[in-house]
Amino acid sequence: MSTHDRTEPTREPLTGTLIFERGAAESRCVEAPPLDVPVVSLGGYARAAAPALAHVTEVDIARHYERLASANFGVDSGFYPLGSCTMKYNPKIDEWACRLPGFAGIHPYQAEETVQGALELMWGLQESLAEVAGLPAVTLQPAAGAHGELTGLLTIRAYHTAQGDPRKRVLVPDSAHGTNPATVAMCGYEVVQVPSDERGGVDLDALRGLLDTDVAALMLTNPNTLGLFDENILAITAAVHEVGALAYCDGANLNAILGKTRPGDMGFDALHINLHKTFATPHGGGGPGAGPVAVTGALAPFLPGPVVGMTDDGRYTLVTPARSIGRVRSFLGNFGVLVRAYTYIRALGGQGVTEVAEQAVLSANYLRVRLGDAWPVAYDRVCMHEFVLSGGTMRKEHGVRTLDVAKRLLDYGYHPPTIYFPLIVDEAMMIEPTETESKATLDRFADVLLAIAAEAAEDPDLLHGAPYTTPVRRLDEAAAVKEPDLAWRPQEGAGV
Amino acid sequence: MRFIPVTCEDQVEMLRTVGLSDVDELFADVPEAARLARPLALPEPMGEVELAAHLKELARSNAGADDVASFLGGGCYDHYVPAIVDAVVSKPAFFTAYTPYQPEVSQGTLQAVYEYQSMICQLTGMEVSNASMYDGATAFAEAALMAARVTRRGRVVVSGAVHPEWRSTLATYVEAGTVTVTEVAAAGGVSDIAALAASVGDDVAAIMVASPTFYGRLEDLAPLAELAHGAGALLVVGTNPILLGVMEPPATFGADIVVAEGQPLGSPMSFGGPGLGVFACRQAHIRQMPGRVAGRTTDVDGRTGFVLTFSTREQHIRREKATSNICSNHALNALAAGVYLSAVGAEGLAGIAGACVAKAQYLEQALVATGRFERVHAAPFGYEFALRYRGDVAEMQRALLDAGFLAGLDLGRFSADDAGLVLFAVTEKRTRAELDRFVEEVGAL
Ligand SMILES: Cc1ncc(COP(=O)(O)O)c(C=O)c1O
Repeated sequence: MSTHDRTEPTREPLTGTLIFERGAAESRCVEAPPLDVPVVSLGGYARAAAPALAHVTEVDIARHYERLASANFGVDSGFYPLGSCTMKYNPKIDEWACRLPGFAGIHPYQAEETVQGALELMWGLQESLAEVAGLPAVTLQPAAGAHGELTGLLTIRAYHTAQGDPRKRVLVPDSAHGTNPATVAMCGYEVVQVPSDERGGVDLDALRGLLDTDVAALMLTNPNTLGLFDENILAITAAVHEVGALAYCDGANLNAILGKTRPGDMGFDALHINLHKTFATPHGGGGPGAGPVAVTGALAPFLPGPVVGMTDDGRYTLVTPARSIGRVRSFLGNFGVLVRAYTYIRALGGQGVTEVAEQAVLSANYLRVRLGDAWPVAYDRVCMHEFVLSGGTMRKEHGVRTLDVAKRLLDYGYHPPTIYFPLIVDEAMMIEPTETESKATLDRFADVLLAIAAEAAEDPDLLHGAPYTTPVRRLDEAAAVKEPDLAWRPQEGAGV
Repeated sequence: MRFIPVTCEDQVEMLRTVGLSDVDELFADVPEAARLARPLALPEPMGEVELAAHLKELARSNAGADDVASFLGGGCYDHYVPAIVDAVVSKPAFFTAYTPYQPEVSQGTLQAVYEYQSMICQLTGMEVSNASMYDGATAFAEAALMAARVTRRGRVVVSGAVHPEWRSTLATYVEAGTVTVTEVAAAGGVSDIAALAASVGDDVAAIMVASPTFYGRLEDLAPLAELAHGAGALLVVGTNPILLGVMEPPATFGADIVVAEGQPLGSPMSFGGPGLGVFACRQAHIRQMPGRVAGRTTDVDGRTGFVLTFSTREQHIRREKATSNICSNHALNALAAGVYLSAVGAEGLAGIAGACVAKAQYLEQALVATGRFERVHAAPFGYEFALRYRGDVAEMQRALLDAGFLAGLDLGRFSADDAGLVLFAVTEKRTRAELDRFVEEVGAL
């Protein structure tokens, strides 16, 4: 393309120019307040050479990040059916609430009598999550889902150790998220993979064959990562308990079952809840989230501290459970995220929370059926809040991969679904619409996916080359590893 | 239904398309015995007006930074956050996005992460920074695990001068026996280097210290690096990113991994979270580094662009052999840190850090001069210091709270050995007038 095209005058690309390359040497934004006490030097510890940071004014910063933001896609930009991640709308009142000075401006080591409102909020959230989980004890400490897994598994480990029965292995289905086996390894257990059956659930016979008294736990996502509710769940948890093992639930998919069934009622002993999925706290471009863990009464004494308790005279207080595994992080959890989740739950109430699950599941099934025969569903039955398509046939027939389809979706203005997960589906494409999308949005998206299927048949190269309309096109990931450029550095002698 | 845009009519049609007549039929796979046969017992829903009032009331019942002058620190600090920081992190295209799995529509996040990594490298002097961890404590624990992988050794030696919550987080992370920890008691608010030397052997993966220490004191890092490297171990250093505006960075002295609690860089205190875990290391060790990392590359048209890279370390590819189980991180706080550092620049950061240091020295001298406090540590300090109170700490803090001050951190709550010690942090927000009034109140106790 000519850079002197009359119809397309040259514009500065939205991204690529670094903040360090903006402004001028004398540009300043915020300056330190004037010093009203004598200057002190750190002497031998003083910094010899200043770090090379940006030299910019406030307007440079405002424009720079506005440009970066326009090159980004979030839930507020459009439909974001990223399976397993529950990219639902993030209510604005949650953002307002966490910024209230009485929440944003408090320190974790303040005396309890000066933070009763914050502790009351945490206590209320613990209670609500316990009710949703069907498990009585909750810790709000974990910072994300994977951190919740670590917390839950270490709690289970401490329980077994206290029974004088330390165990060696943890069973994980082949459809599990990567964090599950990674967590198992961090907890010093051996990972044993459990195969799925032909309906997409846990292969019960295989599971029974793997269970023995060296198994500490089964880690299971239910509904699972195929978007299916495991019909044998009660038999599964019973079999696990029969050998003295415990059942851990990865609660990533809790959005599907809110108020309909509860992990505790399914026989799970521990569960982590992703507040950044189910309870509408924003994903932040990768985080922060929060991964509270709910457990049975038997596991409660082992939870990490502190948790919020209530004294006899109705004051809220921080307590460390009697046989706690200790801390899993500093301070009290991602409080700013907890405020958002609490706000969301208080806005919805019990019925509202249940309607979330009903609509999330209905919307997923609607989309599944709308896509019809053009897109084979990996396990074609009524799904929960998400479903997984297989692009295997499309690859065979047209040489078009799921990656190409995802890139083509970008041209149509959608964030693609999760791709290549779960690993047990060939060319997987996992679609989770969530409850916060209108029927019109779902219809338009279905039409687009059908149109892309037609494009794939007629002109595969169109898809191989996609996307065409995004701020940048396909990026050279191999070069990024071969010649790593992981940080900007000032040029020698450039005097930045 | 405020957040559900599907109308009742649409619902009926959607059900019909699916071939069902009732929503409950969608849940047929749930065994009868596991179904919840009653409504969820959650508090009644609230409209936005009522809800806002309720939240305001909860928030108002806390004593926040606007109500009291705080000398609390210990890893979470009352620094000023420039208005531009929240203006940027409030942009929905940043905060409603997720991990940049599709780089073509995530260049904003990816470039911001790359810039953040660059700034952390500049601040710490290290070659590589990851995209963030959860907090300083988990970054510290992950540093121990990484050092064990790099050296193929199974023991770390940790200075007792490191934040007690970082040490207990590490202890929890390695509870399963993946790494063993030897703790060496602090002396004078810093590491006891002779005692550290005595416990270091050729089985040690890392010596782990912090500068400033939990007690606010600065470590002499060069001999610690020599000790570590002499034994074939790594030196892991926890630090304070604001103080790096005026303090020589750990890399100069040979640190191999640098971690920090990043909250001071533009995140509100927010009752201790979310902040972020800063994690930086040597390029040679990148394949053992935990967490995500962004890199600069080009697209098919030759345009500069950014991607997540070195992903083969991570759980979604490597599963049980991953360098960590971390998936979601604290990207939005990393964005805040990048905006903060751009807003203040190197000069502003030096000015802010210098103001903190100067005010802390001023307060320390004045408090000692009251005769109510005495010095217990001799090493130089940054903007945090501990003194022994000649009296009942809890009583003193209660009295000063009534006067409008959060009078430091009672170190007795962490360790009986430190009973009677109070840790004071002084940020650039504290004015001389506040310091003088505080000293006056102390004198009047
Ligand atoms: C099924 C499943 N398990 C675990 C996780 C990890 O959660 P987090 O990213 O919050 O650590 C995810 C999310 O990415 C997930 O989808």
